Amino acid sequence: MRIKRIWAVVLRQTYLYRRSLPRLLEVFYWPMVDLLLWGFVSLYLQRASADIPDFVIYFIGALILWDILFRAQQGISVSFLEDMWARNLVNIFASPLKIQEYIVGLLFISILKVTIAFVVMSSLAWLFYSFSIFKLGVALIPLVLNLMAMGWAVGIFTMALILRFGQEAEVLAWAVAFLFMPFSAVFYPVDTLPPLLQKIALFIPSAHVFEGMRILIDKKVLSIKHLSMASALNLAFLSASTLFFAKIYRTARKRGILPKIGE
Amino acid sequence: MEILKVQGLKKVFNSVIALDDLNLTLSRGEILGILGPNGAGKTTLIHCILGLIEPTEGEISIFGKDLTLHRSEVLKRINFASNYVSLPYSLTPFENLMVFAHLYEVKDPAERCHRMLRLFELEHLCNRPTRRLSSGQIMRLNLAKALLNKPELLLLDEPTAGLDPEIARKTRDLLLKLARTEGISVIYTSHNLKEMEEVSKRVLFLKKGKVVAEGMVNDLIRQYGTASLEEFYFKVIGHED
Repeated sequence: MRIKRIWAVVLRQTYLYRRSLPRLLEVFYWPMVDLLLWGFVSLYLQRASADIPDFVIYFIGALILWDILFRAQQGISVSFLEDMWARNLVNIFASPLKIQEYIVGLLFISILKVTIAFVVMSSLAWLFYSFSIFKLGVALIPLVLNLMAMGWAVGIFTMALILRFGQEAEVLAWAVAFLFMPFSAVFYPVDTLPPLLQKIALFIPSAHVFEGMRILIDKKVLSIKHLSMASALNLAFLSASTLFFAKIYRTARKRGILPKIGE
Repeated sequence: MEILKVQGLKKVFNSVIALDDLNLTLSRGEILGILGPNGAGKTTLIHCILGLIEPTEGEISIFGKDLTLHRSEVLKRINFASNYVSLPYSLTPFENLMVFAHLYEVKDPAERCHRMLRLFELEHLCNRPTRRLSSGQIMRLNLAKALLNKPELLLLDEPTAGLDPEIARKTRDLLLKLARTEGISVIYTSHNLKEMEEVSKRVLFLKKGKVVAEGMVNDLIRQYGTASLEEFYFKVIGHED
């Protein structure tokens, strides 16, 4: 792996965002809208129902953490789409850049996007609802890392689908993460789900993260069980998505898809 | 010294044979012209040499190294420009070149980018978004990108299509100069036969993925008793293009 080539991938995206107001707004705008909308809804619901004392914390905490997963995924798949829309993939894949260097570059962009969205959302949550996500303490770190890892796995999987099916599949960059949302039990405990979905949720890393978050809020302890499950599943998700992408990339080279993608 | 050696190259897409048992060699400082009608396999050949397409059969060796085994190492010493591939429009010419200067690990990237922009008379446009450049200026930017890493092998797919005659002439002169002074080897595809005659001493004619004629331009013209490369082209390829 060559740092300079990885930096080139990051540089390309930073140049793009630096001079594009709509893209910059996209980084700030949706996290802000989400937080304002759902934050006030949860405030209202808490006043209407006194049974759940930590309603706002549950909800806003979940919202901020879900956005981490979503932004991590977008950092990969939308950045790939940007190269596809610009018909730049031929230039990239015909350069000495290795595919693993390209993916590592996209991971850096993803970290950058997540950091920005996280700072925006946690600042607004503190400003409007006096909620500090950092109240969760250092236990927040493994939860965030697991959500980012799942976001990357979903992002790499989405990128493979776009590479396979071309521009027609670009909608997946926004849709695939939400496919996992109901099973992730973001805003409700897993036992709220019907029995079959509960079984599926067992195999979704983010479901363990959000269960862990609720335990952390309620009991102020980090559930090692949920954390270990999330980490093990993420390892499997990341390995599977990387292998899937590698296979699709090889097939794309065999079928001559690479030079035509984006047309 | 052989820069490029292609042996028994075959590429089949579904049941369509795009390249069929293609063999070619390229020496240092040589400019090889690839000619043929649309769909003859010219671009597929370039994509195979760039490692973008995996051949069905055959071997490609560049600088004496197998492309499949040493892809990244080999591609660092190659570059390409195509009339069909553009650089991101949202970035400025300078930013685009900077990205590729890093991809090719060019030393002193900013200085090299400015040098290339000056060479292709784009310096005054370096901070303007690429989308605001004319098609000729965009092609010149592609060529600037193609020369960023001082390539030893340059693949050019219809590089002068869309350029005005003056810039096209300058580009051809520059390529000839680079091949002569710096020993850059070039594979050049074009539909402009007059231009090809001017640029390449040796040409290879492709038709339906097969090599139908190959040799020094003067020898081919003499051998087939034609007056020009254009006449030769129609004699060998026919009028199907």
